[in-house]
Amino acid sequence: MTQPVAWFWLTDACRFSTNCVMVLSRLRRAQTEASAPDDDAPPGAPLVPSDSVAGRSLVIIIAIMTFLAAVAAGAALLVADASSDWRREVAREATVQLRALPGRDVEEDLRKVVDVLTAAPGVRDVRVFTKAESEALLAPWLGQGLDLSELPTPRMVVVTLDQEKRADLGKLREELAQAAPSATLDDHRIWVDRLGAMANTAVAAATLIFGLTVAAMGIAVASATRAAVGTNREIIDVLHLVGAADSFIAEEFQRRFLGLGFKGTLIGGGAALALLALAGFLSRRWVATPGSDQVEAMFGAFELGPKGYLLILALSGAIALMTGFLSRLIVLRHLRRLL
Amino acid sequence: MLTFQNVGLRYGMGPETLRDLTFSVEPQSFQFLTGPSGAGKTSLLKLILLTLRPTRGLITLFGADPATLDKDDITSIRRRIGVVFQDFRLLDHLTLYENVALPLRVLGREETSYRAEVLELLGWVGLSERKHSLPAVLSGGEKQRAAIARALISRPEMLLADEPTGNVDPTLARRLLRLFIELHKSGTAVIIATHDLHLMDQYDTARRLVLVDGRLQIFD
Repeated sequence: MTQPVAWFWLTDACRFSTNCVMVLSRLRRAQTEASAPDDDAPPGAPLVPSDSVAGRSLVIIIAIMTFLAAVAAGAALLVADASSDWRREVAREATVQLRALPGRDVEEDLRKVVDVLTAAPGVRDVRVFTKAESEALLAPWLGQGLDLSELPTPRMVVVTLDQEKRADLGKLREELAQAAPSATLDDHRIWVDRLGAMANTAVAAATLIFGLTVAAMGIAVASATRAAVGTNREIIDVLHLVGAADSFIAEEFQRRFLGLGFKGTLIGGGAALALLALAGFLSRRWVATPGSDQVEAMFGAFELGPKGYLLILALSGAIALMTGFLSRLIVLRHLRRLL
Repeated sequence: MLTFQNVGLRYGMGPETLRDLTFSVEPQSFQFLTGPSGAGKTSLLKLILLTLRPTRGLITLFGADPATLDKDDITSIRRRIGVVFQDFRLLDHLTLYENVALPLRVLGREETSYRAEVLELLGWVGLSERKHSLPAVLSGGEKQRAAIARALISRPEMLLADEPTGNVDPTLARRLLRLFIELHKSGTAVIIATHDLHLMDQYDTARRLVLVDGRLQIFD
C-alpha cells in the first residue's frame, strides 16, 4: 500500500502538472480500491457515545427508581387484592344463632330455621353445627371437660351466601323470626365495615407510596437525563455546525437515551419481578405454618398475577420512553438557543 | 456569494466588537482574514457561518438574507460552508474516519455511498494509516488535517478556516497552505483567519481583509 505521508508529499509536488494529476488520480482510485477489502471503514459508531460515566449513572438511577416503583406498585396491588378477598370472604358468610327458650323445642325450631334458609333465594349452603360442635365453641370461655348437656347452649347454623345472587337479608330475618322467635341472623356487617375501612386505608397508603415513588422517579430520571445530555453538549454543537438538522440530532439522542432507559428498566423492573416472584415462591413453600397464615391473611396468596406483571412491564416501558422523550426535549431546547 | 453591508456586532450591552463591516466575497476567491488577537476574526467567521446574528447591518449569503430564513434554511446554507475550527472540534469518541464522514452521515446518507470518498480524502491529507485512530492519540498536525478533511468532505462552496496553522510547525503550515490553494483552484472560495504574517507572505497575491479595532481594511 502507498505510504500516506509520501502520498501527501507527492500530491503536493504534483499539483501543477496535468499528467501527474492524472496519474495521481488513478493511483488514488487504485489505492482506495486496494484498501477497500481490508480496511474498510469501521462500522458507524453511535454519534452519541454509547458508554460514559453520565450514561452509566443514568442507567443506575433508572434501575433503582424502576425497582422501587415496581415494588411499590406490586405491594399496592397485593394489598388491594387481599383487601378485596377479605371483604368477599367475610361477606359471603352469615350465621344464625338459635337460643334455647323455655317452652320451645330447639330441635324443632332448628328444623324450621333450616327450612327457611334452604328455601331462601341467594343462600348457597346451610350447615348446622351439631350440639357437640356448638358446645365446643364455648370451650375457650368455659374450659374443657365440662358437661354442658344440661345447659341451654345456643345452636349455630352457618349460611353460605351466593356471591352473584344476593340474598335479601332483611326479609330473611323476618322469616326466621316467624319460624323461630329466638333465631337471630348475624351477617357480620360491623366486622365487614371495619375490615373495609382498614383495607381502604391500606390500599390508599400503598397507592400514595406508589404515587410518591413515581413522582420521585420522574424527577430523578429527568435530572439525571439532563445531566447526561449536558455532558454531550459539545457533540450537539459539532453536529449542529457540520449541518445536522435539529430533528436528526434530537433523534440520535432520543435513540441513545431510549436504549439507556430500556437498559435501566430491564435491570430495575427485572429485579422487582424476580423479588416478587421469589416472595410468592417462598410464601407457597411456607404454606400452613403459623407465620405464613398471618402473611396470607394480610396479603392473600402473595400472588401478583398477570395484572401485576403487566403493570410492572408497562411502568418499565413508560420510564424508558420518558427517558428518550426527555432527552429529545432537552436537546431541542438547547438547539433552539443556537442559530 | 457573501456580502456584508454596514454590519455591526456587539455582545450583550458591551462595546461593538465589529463595526460597519462592508465587503463581499466572490466565488472561487482566496482571502486571508487577519488582525491582532482579539480583533474579532473569530466573531466575523461566526457571522459568516450564521452562528451569530449581527446587531445591525445586512448580510447576504448565497443570495439569501439569513435574517429572514427559518432554521431549516439556515441549516441548508450552512451545509454549503466547510469550517476548520481553531480547536478542531473533532468528536473524541469517533475514529478519524467517522469524524471526517460526519457531514455526510448527518445528511442521512448510507455509509457505503461515501466510504470511498472519505478514504480518498483521508489519503489526500496523509491520514490513511490513522483512519481507525481516535483523536486523543493524534498529534496537533494530524488533528488539523483531519479537521480540514471533515470541512472538505461535503465539497463546500466556501471554506472558513480559523487559525489553521496555529498548532503546526512551519513546514506543515506551508503544506496546509498549499492544500488550501489547491482547493481554491478547484473552485472553492477560501477565507483563512490567521495572524501568521509569514504564512500570508507565501501567497502574497491573495486578498487580505485586515481587522483592526473592529473595523475592516481590505487590500486586494
